[in-house]
Amino acid sequence: MTKYIIRRFIGLFPTILVIITISFFIIRAAPGGPFDSEKTLPKQIQENIEKKYHLDEPVIKQYARYMLSIIRGDLGPSYRYKDQDVNYYIAKSIPNSLFLGAISMIIAVVFGITAGMISALRQNTWIDYLSMSVAVIGITIPLFVTGPVLVYFFAMKLNWFPTSGWITGRYGWTTLVLPVITLSFNNFAYIARLTRASILEIMRSDFIRTARAKGLKTSVILFRHVLKGAMLPVVSYLGPAFSAVLTGSVVVETIFRVPGMGKFFIQSALNRDYTLILGTVIVYSVILVIMNFIVDIVYAYLDPRISYK
Amino acid sequence: MIDRNDVILKVDNLKTHFRTDEGIVKAVDGVSFSLRKGETLGFVGESGCGKSVTNLSLMKLIPSPPGRIVDGKVLFHDRDILKMKENEIRGIRGNKISMIFQDPMTSLNPFLKISTQLVETIILHQKKNEKESRKRAIEMLELVGIPAPAKRIDSYPHQFSGGMRQRVMIAMALSCNPEILIADEPTTALDVTIQAQILELIKDLSEKLGTATILITHDLGVVAGMCDTLNVMYAGRIIEKSDVSTLFSDPKHPYTIGLIKSVPRLDKKTGQKLYSIKGQPPNMIGMPECCPFHPRCEHTMDICRKKYPPVYDNGSGKTVNCWLFPAEPGNYSDEHKSADEHHMTGGAV
Ligand SMILES: Nc1ncnc2c1ncn2[C@@H]1O[C@H](COP(=O)(O)OP(=O)(O)O)[C@@H](O)[C@H]1O
Ligand SMILES: [Mg+2]
Repeated sequence: MTKYIIRRFIGLFPTILVIITISFFIIRAAPGGPFDSEKTLPKQIQENIEKKYHLDEPVIKQYARYMLSIIRGDLGPSYRYKDQDVNYYIAKSIPNSLFLGAISMIIAVVFGITAGMISALRQNTWIDYLSMSVAVIGITIPLFVTGPVLVYFFAMKLNWFPTSGWITGRYGWTTLVLPVITLSFNNFAYIARLTRASILEIMRSDFIRTARAKGLKTSVILFRHVLKGAMLPVVSYLGPAFSAVLTGSVVVETIFRVPGMGKFFIQSALNRDYTLILGTVIVYSVILVIMNFIVDIVYAYLDPRISYK
Repeated sequence: MIDRNDVILKVDNLKTHFRTDEGIVKAVDGVSFSLRKGETLGFVGESGCGKSVTNLSLMKLIPSPPGRIVDGKVLFHDRDILKMKENEIRGIRGNKISMIFQDPMTSLNPFLKISTQLVETIILHQKKNEKESRKRAIEMLELVGIPAPAKRIDSYPHQFSGGMRQRVMIAMALSCNPEILIADEPTTALDVTIQAQILELIKDLSEKLGTATILITHDLGVVAGMCDTLNVMYAGRIIEKSDVSTLFSDPKHPYTIGLIKSVPRLDKKTGQKLYSIKGQPPNMIGMPECCPFHPRCEHTMDICRKKYPPVYDNGSGKTVNCWLFPAEPGNYSDEHKSADEHHMTGGAV
């Protein structure tokens, strides 16, 4: 198992390298540059600026220069925000994004699995119908609709929560409620349905009949014999779930004005701020790749039939 | 003839039905039999005739819905299992009565170590701690012929072959010294070469431990060498019951005769086409009150299409339900009286 983990871990680096490379060239290929603007600058000044940022060099040379600087842990200067470099903006915003994402993920997993379990055990009762109906809503409605709808009812009509803001601000922790619900709803719904379906499927399998024939109690059968196998589809869904939370958080951060990375992701793209775009893309992809790596390890741990060779 | 006290399990007029979209499937429709201490009882019949459902019903292991035990008694030491509370039945399952299933590849939990699955059964039913239970589990694995059991006990099921897994199932089933072992087609899913070994193992161990065995199979060849008594099932009912040697030397029901004729035999000339009973097993939904075998029978008479045949009892334990052997009133055995009265009233409605 340890060997398997190490091998998978080493495999992460080429993946990340490929992502950075592709992003680098796609951004360069897009029309326009960071210093194009409505007002045409005097030719001399334009050239000086481009020279300063090495934009006058051949693309392949710029690429080499960028990769070398990343290896040193330096994401370069921002082309737009002059006073600080990319490392600064990301370091300042990423904790907020991670915090929001992690809480949403935990809530989606905990509530999703619980709701799925209850539904499966109380199959075809009102509680099953209720939680599965909520789940269908969660799956079909995109979060850029959920967010504003929640704001309308719970912030503007009922005044229970602030419309936007962050925990460091005036409204403190209450600012978290709506963004977290918005961001976790989708995944909660998927996880609840997956859990229900896979528990019901495993309940029908031969080895559960064996467990019943041995005289085991229903609770023991559920927790010892059903849950481990039933978690497999849920765990493999967590990979895509993480990416949904990452992209979703860009939208949610914008709706609720969370000082996270989402703002830079959008702003830098509009500004063609090459280094800041690349910086956010790299951070997002590293998070995603690592999460998928963890998911794979957990999956292998849960399913003994996975061979580590 | 049979010492009454010897009977450990007595099933009386058992009926298990399934509710399906097409209608009610009468999978088991009035089955009665008894099992004596140390006896090996075989159930034979084409697949779908209700052998598994009968035996799952004994321990109330029918998936419900759609299944339901609608009538009958299952007397285990004179107490009706069907009337017991769930937690009392759990004390019997795996302890006094245990089961081995057809497919050893799917009958063990693939996510748990063999040790977990064996030890939990022993801890559950015997007053033993974890360490003693593990010791007992290793002993059982040794008994069923798993090499290096102390090491292999911590393997997962997928690390074992089909035959080895079935050995593990046998070890698990016998680990609490049950009085009854129900083996539901224990070798059907295995290689032919392994089948004989597994059957031999079941036979040896049940003799050694004094366990009564119910062996279910659709293969008459399998039961011939193993069972004392045979129940031949057709469409949810037992249509002939006999000790093994009489069944083969003097089969009565045309269905039984057909089954025996379709067993491949070494002493027959090669190149001869194997006999098979013509027609298909009946659809079990909405079966009329007639002999269900009549469409496939070579001796069908008028009455066969109208009424279910009564029990003919030859007085020495052999019974047949076939109009070729109409029952004399004096021939009814105690065991079948109630079941049969039920048919009569059912038919008259
Ligand atoms: N879960 C179920 N739902 C509906 N019908 C069932 C179910 N289980 C068994 N049956 C029906 O019961 C009948 C007997 O099945 P079974 O006892 O498994 O036959 P076998 O003699 O091959 O063991 C079959 O006709 C089958 O269709
Ligand atoms: Mg069967």
